[in-house]
Amino acid sequence: MASVEEKKAAFDAESAKEVVKELRASFASGKTKSYEWRSTQLNAMLKMMEENEPQIVAALRDDLSKPELESSIQEIAMVKNSCTVALKKMKHWMMPEKAKTSLITFPSSAEIVSEPLGVVLVISAWNYPFMLSLDPVVGAIAAGNAVVLKPSEIAPATSLLLASLVADYLDRSCVKVVEGSVPETSALLEQKWDKILYTGNARTARIVMAAASKHLTPVVLELGGKCPVIVDSDINLQVATRRIIAGKWGCNNGQACVSPDYIITTKSYAQKLVDSFICELERFYGENPLESKDLSRIVNSNHFARLSKLLDEDNVSIKIVHGGERDEAKLRIAPTILLDVPQHSLIMTEEIFGPLLPIILVQKVEDSFDVINSSGTKPLAAYLFTNNKKLKQKFVATVSAGGLVVNDTTVHLTEHTLPFGGVGNSGMGAYHGKFSFDTFSHKKAVLYRGFTCDVSVRYPPYTRGKLRLLQALISGSFLGIIRSLLGWFRS
Amino acid sequence: MGSKSEDKAVFDTESAKQMVNKLRASFMAGKTKTYEWRVSQLIAMLNMLEENELQIVSALRDDLSKPELESSIYEIAMLKNSCKLALKEMKHWMKPEKAKTSLTTFPSSAEIVSEPLGVVFVISAWNYPFLLSLDPMVGAIAAGNAIVLKPSELAPASSSLLAKLVAGYLDGSCIKVVEGAVPETSALLEQKWDKIFYTGNGRVARIVMAAAAKHLTPIVLELGGKSPVIVDSGIDLKVATRRIIAGKWGCNNGQACVSPDYIITAKDYAVKLVDSFKCELQQFYGKNPLESKDLSRIVNSNHFDRLSKLLEEDKVSSKIAHGGARDETNLKIAPTILLDVPINSLIMKEEIFGPLLPIILVDNVEESFDMINSSGPKPLAAYLFTNNNKLKEKFVAEVSAGGLVVNDTTVHLAEHNLPFGGVGESGMGSYHGKFSFDAFSHKKAVLYKGFSGDSSLRYPPYTRGKLRLLQALLSGSILRIIRALLGW
Repeated sequence: MASVEEKKAAFDAESAKEVVKELRASFASGKTKSYEWRSTQLNAMLKMMEENEPQIVAALRDDLSKPELESSIQEIAMVKNSCTVALKKMKHWMMPEKAKTSLITFPSSAEIVSEPLGVVLVISAWNYPFMLSLDPVVGAIAAGNAVVLKPSEIAPATSLLLASLVADYLDRSCVKVVEGSVPETSALLEQKWDKILYTGNARTARIVMAAASKHLTPVVLELGGKCPVIVDSDINLQVATRRIIAGKWGCNNGQACVSPDYIITTKSYAQKLVDSFICELERFYGENPLESKDLSRIVNSNHFARLSKLLDEDNVSIKIVHGGERDEAKLRIAPTILLDVPQHSLIMTEEIFGPLLPIILVQKVEDSFDVINSSGTKPLAAYLFTNNKKLKQKFVATVSAGGLVVNDTTVHLTEHTLPFGGVGNSGMGAYHGKFSFDTFSHKKAVLYRGFTCDVSVRYPPYTRGKLRLLQALISGSFLGIIRSLLGWFRS
Repeated sequence: MGSKSEDKAVFDTESAKQMVNKLRASFMAGKTKTYEWRVSQLIAMLNMLEENELQIVSALRDDLSKPELESSIYEIAMLKNSCKLALKEMKHWMKPEKAKTSLTTFPSSAEIVSEPLGVVFVISAWNYPFLLSLDPMVGAIAAGNAIVLKPSELAPASSSLLAKLVAGYLDGSCIKVVEGAVPETSALLEQKWDKIFYTGNGRVARIVMAAAAKHLTPIVLELGGKSPVIVDSGIDLKVATRRIIAGKWGCNNGQACVSPDYIITAKDYAVKLVDSFKCELQQFYGKNPLESKDLSRIVNSNHFDRLSKLLEEDKVSSKIAHGGARDETNLKIAPTILLDVPINSLIMKEEIFGPLLPIILVDNVEESFDMINSSGPKPLAAYLFTNNNKLKEKFVAEVSAGGLVVNDTTVHLAEHNLPFGGVGESGMGSYHGKFSFDAFSHKKAVLYKGFSGDSSLRYPPYTRGKLRLLQALLSGSILRIIRALLGW
């Protein structure tokens, strides 16, 4: 662990270059490629979490006032699960995948070999600072890479803890944490990486991809968007409401990339829905939600001001049907529901990322799809609550988002057999489960041949007979092959 | 097909914007998403290839002096194959893929749905102008997208023919060809695409990726590099030599992204190897290869000059072991072999992309791997000729390239079950076969739940009991679950 003076030394482009150089040497030595190394690192990570759960929970409380249950389940347990899945499946993932070959290269055999990319950079976010840092690192390690992790400076306690824990538990010559903000991140982005995985917002993502383009570094960008929830009538309203609340306020108080951003429901159902929310919100957070220990606070005053601005806009503030209370000193905003806000309001233009939930009204629920698609940008997730099979089918066929859930919110993240990633403005690439392993691997095609059966038809001098035979061979038509052979022997 | 006055109109940013808007409208109307549309387009492409083979061969002869067999097999037949494969497998590719769900979301079901990305942009290259334009397009169509194709202006006859044929055979409201050079490509790159597929060189690739970054557009970059060939002793030298020749001079005269670029062999095997090359090269191309009809020419005088410069460098020109003859008027360079050139010569630094084949010597063949890995950028392909199993294993384990072939060159491109793409400087992403379909699709995760089995554990108010039970559930440990339940 670095002394205070060492920490104060600026981490500039030169330092970044040294770090990459060191990691590249470690990678070139073959250290990270062995199954044993990967397995020890993942086991060390498990141990790290098991032995430091209270510290992690405390750091998340410092940074976000995140409730213990959320920290324990949504952050720590998720990463533990990723480690466990990787440890269990890694041998299988690492095995080359046989590929069938055709007549064209007969006799031959082929396989697709997963190869580590090399030295990768993971840039994390502030809202799930622990999970979004280590989950990608699990994939990078499982795939055999050396890693630099840059946690978000907006969650400083977690960043510091991560730096300390990773240095203590993981292999420092191959896995490093660099703390800092824009200068340090820029210094890192100037280097040549074999992959960059960035979690955050679209504005910074453009900068990351532009930096990556200088070195032709492939990127995964995990961004966000306005995740809509379509609520049909004739459903179990209590369960639906609870699940929306859990995905919104129960996920870092709405500050999550897959949190329900806004609701679309029919004019005729709106009141029932609002009443249900009011009822369940009180059941969950009590009569005085500003005091509830089960809600994260707003991360900082910048975001508090941003969210306040959304609420204070003309023609929006009057639409508040529940909540709206604020406590600036404690950075608290109560769960707030707005009904029928204008389409062009700020709260309907930008990603909310907070405890405000607008409800948009339509005549019939099928109109929701147009509302979502006309917004122009594709969100990271979209949700639909319905019992209507046809509506589910239309939803899946029509709504483009990173991922969809029918009759729940956010839980698809826990299924490691589903790729987690965005599309369009919500991102590119995906991870979780084997997708994490794949995203940090190069899928190398390998074809094996022997020296027998050398088909001379491909060699010059080119003749009409050879041409015909090759055409037949490639088309795979046996008749054509036989005809050409006959023709060839004749000539 | 535009009239003469329309053709002369400048294709600027505004034109590009209009075109993208039109294609987006077609896409939003759902036209390209149907199975029927995709099938009709692929069948139309097959017809297009079948009915115009002569014109295509002729255009390739104009642009590259490409021999008919190479045009017919490596461009047209490969393309037909891609179309047929997509037609055969597309229904299966389009089907959602079921995904297993776990206890954490029980009861639930899940699937991964392949969705077209939308409006995609394909930028092609000059060396295989038909294959590299239409092969990505097959994938884009099979995946249900609208497309703009920008063929290379360095192969103008092919570009013009492509524009004409695509307009004549394919659905003009969803698939367009834009001819032109840097200005037109730049105008197109300013637009927001749902994917860009670029084949070409690293310098332009950086420009493409930077442009894509502005719109967060995902990309596939199919680039190149110096594809090495390691030649061991104890092999069938004749077959090996022929296969190297076929991959080098038999592929557009070395102007192919996966052509063998240089050879590494042991000092005491070099002479045998060179002799074998001399023998087989003569068998293939005769005593006067500058006159052979079975060799493409150098594409233009720029590249001719570039290659001449590589040959004329000090300490390199003296290493010519075979060939070296040039005909500037006809843009021909004879198959040329150089033996033991300096490692830091120009011919060993940049991708050759022509009919020059340097041979680098090592003491023993195992040293080749370090040489390749320390040479810098990862190539698009690497080749090894050997009968030694251990050497094969080491090769596959240690050499990083887009793809590897043992005991042949370039043929892995023909196998549609193998992803074709680069790594590092040789590119990102891949295609061919189902990989083409996947490259132009969004893999959308979908989770289905019902309203039954709603566990209140996840809901506030958060209690210690709920926390313990949730931890137990996630750990999957039955014992822990029971303990937690009892405790609660």
